[in-house]
Amino acid sequence: MRPSLIPGPIVVGRAIGELAVRGLLVKYVVASLFRVTWGYLAALVIAIPFGLTLGMMSLGEMAINPILQVLRPISPLAWIPIAILWFGVGDVSAIFLIFLASFLPLTVATMNAVHNIDPVHLAAARNFGVPLRARVADVLLPAILPQLIVAMRIALGVAWLVVVAAEMIAVNSGLGFLIVDARNAGDRYDLVIAGMVLIGVIGVVLDLLMRRLERLDSVRWGYATE
Amino acid sequence: MKVQFTDVSMRFGAMEVLQHVTIGVEEGEFLCIVGPSGCGKSTLLNIAGGFLAPAAGSVTIDGEPVTAPDRRRIFVFQERGVFPWLTVEGNIGFGLFDMPEEARRQRVAQYIQLVGLDGFEKAYPRELSGGMKQRVEVARALAVNPDVLFLDEPFGALDSITRLQMRSELLRIWRAERKTVLFVTHDIDESVQLADRVVVMSARPGRIRRVVDIDIAHPRDLSSKRYIELRDLIFGEIGLAHQV
Repeated sequence: MRPSLIPGPIVVGRAIGELAVRGLLVKYVVASLFRVTWGYLAALVIAIPFGLTLGMMSLGEMAINPILQVLRPISPLAWIPIAILWFGVGDVSAIFLIFLASFLPLTVATMNAVHNIDPVHLAAARNFGVPLRARVADVLLPAILPQLIVAMRIALGVAWLVVVAAEMIAVNSGLGFLIVDARNAGDRYDLVIAGMVLIGVIGVVLDLLMRRLERLDSVRWGYATE
Repeated sequence: MKVQFTDVSMRFGAMEVLQHVTIGVEEGEFLCIVGPSGCGKSTLLNIAGGFLAPAAGSVTIDGEPVTAPDRRRIFVFQERGVFPWLTVEGNIGFGLFDMPEEARRQRVAQYIQLVGLDGFEKAYPRELSGGMKQRVEVARALAVNPDVLFLDEPFGALDSITRLQMRSELLRIWRAERKTVLFVTHDIDESVQLADRVVVMSARPGRIRRVVDIDIAHPRDLSSKRYIELRDLIFGEIGLAHQV
């Protein structure tokens, strides 16, 4: 390794400034966040009801859980060829990869969280004859929420990891694209490092935002006492 | 009879836990069930609550066989039964989902007052002591106006001073509301302090050894001769010499 080839902080700072001036900074960050938002939201919307259902029906879980467990260790990047086959080269493929990456951990975590509900709470809900809708909204969901928020945080981290990789292949905007493009178009390693720095900083900000959810009054009971 | 157990037996796999339990509970009566741990007293209560089906025999309430939990009879667990994600208000109003908003608010306020939690309406259970959580759970049960309350060692997790306070609270509430109460405990003193009648169970498989009438008027003097007599009678019945 020749350290002289790694740009120093000043050069990288200047590269970020250049991106800002060319209007690419905001454009690429927004493009990446856009993909993460859609892939991640789709995963939330599908994985939580799916995990709840599996957690409540032991038969369904017995059927589906082995499949989930086999899919889980497969890197979302292994799905790239299939994503391109199904959705073509473009945003949808990238969003699909992000969806996959966050869907599996969210489903498994929701299912496990349902198993961890204190049976006393389920018995009480039954005793008061609460209708199914209220039982889900007022008992099941709030009971799993503390664990779910932790899983959501982890899943968002994974989604952010994957967006960068997905953009290296399938699209022409975003921070992942910036890194590949900077290297291909004339070995601009200052821009490569700039892209890495931006990815890291945004990842931290996303995680901090998710952490705020853990301070909600209705979930604090689920974490070790302050 | 309000609650009638007829020849109730229960087994878990090969283990027999209850054998031929027959007893009736009158409307408005406070019945305590005591026995050594593992004697099936909680199981008996769970059968009456509709959470478990007996292996043989039946339980009827107002002549109807019990087949499932019902909001006309509410089960009170140890204080961990309160929902930690709901405030005191939210917990107490939990069973009132089919009530109009205004009536519901009034009912919740009424029971917050009854159990002495004024000022804690917006507090979460984690901010409350064990005794206060237990009050929330009792209020949540009473708010739906059930005719029967099942209490399964409700004060078991409390310290002894709080436990004593909670017992007189419960008696005060019971006198005000006149519910039929089935109260399971392993604390013999507790049963003699609270009950109209005490059902003494044998070790597993649980059978009724004896039913003791507690013929002392409330408030009960815990050092009276009759109190000590009855307490020692139950101690003897369970096979414990009352000395350390």
